[in-house]
Amino acid sequence: MNKREKTFFSALLMFVGIFGVTATANAMHIMEGYLPPAYCAVWGVICLPFLFLGFRNLNRQVKESRKSMTMIAMAGAFIFVISSLKIPSVTGSCSHMTGTGLGAMLFGPAAVSVLGIIVLLFQALLLAHGGLSSLGANCFSMAIAGPIVSFLIYKGLKKANVNKKVTVFLAAAIGDLFTYCVTSVQLAMAYPSPDGGFMASLVKFLGIFAATQVPLAIIEGILTVIVVMALESFAQRELKAIHFN
Amino acid sequence: MTKQNKTTIAVLLVIAVLLVVGPFVALRGAEFGGSDDAGSEMISEITGEEYEPWFEPVLETAIGGELPGEIESLIFCVQTGIGVAVVAFLMGKFTERKRLETKYPEIAAKEDAE
Repeated sequence: MNKREKTFFSALLMFVGIFGVTATANAMHIMEGYLPPAYCAVWGVICLPFLFLGFRNLNRQVKESRKSMTMIAMAGAFIFVISSLKIPSVTGSCSHMTGTGLGAMLFGPAAVSVLGIIVLLFQALLLAHGGLSSLGANCFSMAIAGPIVSFLIYKGLKKANVNKKVTVFLAAAIGDLFTYCVTSVQLAMAYPSPDGGFMASLVKFLGIFAATQVPLAIIEGILTVIVVMALESFAQRELKAIHFN
Repeated sequence: MTKQNKTTIAVLLVIAVLLVVGPFVALRGAEFGGSDDAGSEMISEITGEEYEPWFEPVLETAIGGELPGEIESLIFCVQTGIGVAVVAFLMGKFTERKRLETKYPEIAAKEDAE
């Protein structure tokens, strides 16, 4: 990385940082003000250790090899693109993908929580999409729970010697779908149905969020495979620097 | 990138596009609202009363109302743009580097030694 590139990236990071700090409001999938305060607090606290670990992981990566900076930027940018596209789905609703599976495979789930929360803040503050109050819950579903599933599937299938493309596809797609299952669980916990309780609510929320997400999860899997293929063809040196294989 | 990989990517992209276009064409007249809005309606349905959010989006408080649709799509585009800029810049850099290193192997050797 030469000096000009470094300047470019620091300018970019600053830009993102400023957006994150100055803008204000609505988290990703659970809307602002829709999750009772106690739940908001609990989910927020659960996220903290992951964010702390993730920040430390990323720091260590960058210290070990500056080449990893490019891959961190790539993983973050991928989340930016993917989570900004609202896609029509079979249920007649729109939803968007998460993009966090790629980062989870490249850097592990903790590191992705940091990248994910940047995007969540961007959307909460500038788009009133999601919310600050529900930031913890949304961060947990999109940037922690989903990535953990992606990461585990990736590691497991790799060990079982499954075809690499299939592995990446399944890891990204199932992680994406799982994110919305977690969102449904979070809402069902906060709003158990008066006659059916938690399970009745869960089925209802899954019917909205998970069903809408199925085709999107497949698309996310496909796009993640394409990016990984491209990286393996052209950025082997960087992948080696972050010990991705 | 091998020819086989290129074909795979082309096929995958076509499938992805079909998955987006399919529901849109098949479900004529569907509203395609956000699934988060559908979620909030479900909350009202379960609790049996119109749910009052206990916290307003800071942005809506700041501008004193809802974000206009056109402005919202502008900001979503900005988000996409930031991401695409970084991804495209890096991929362009990588492909050109690979081309140069294949042409001049001594560059690759020097880079690897670092």
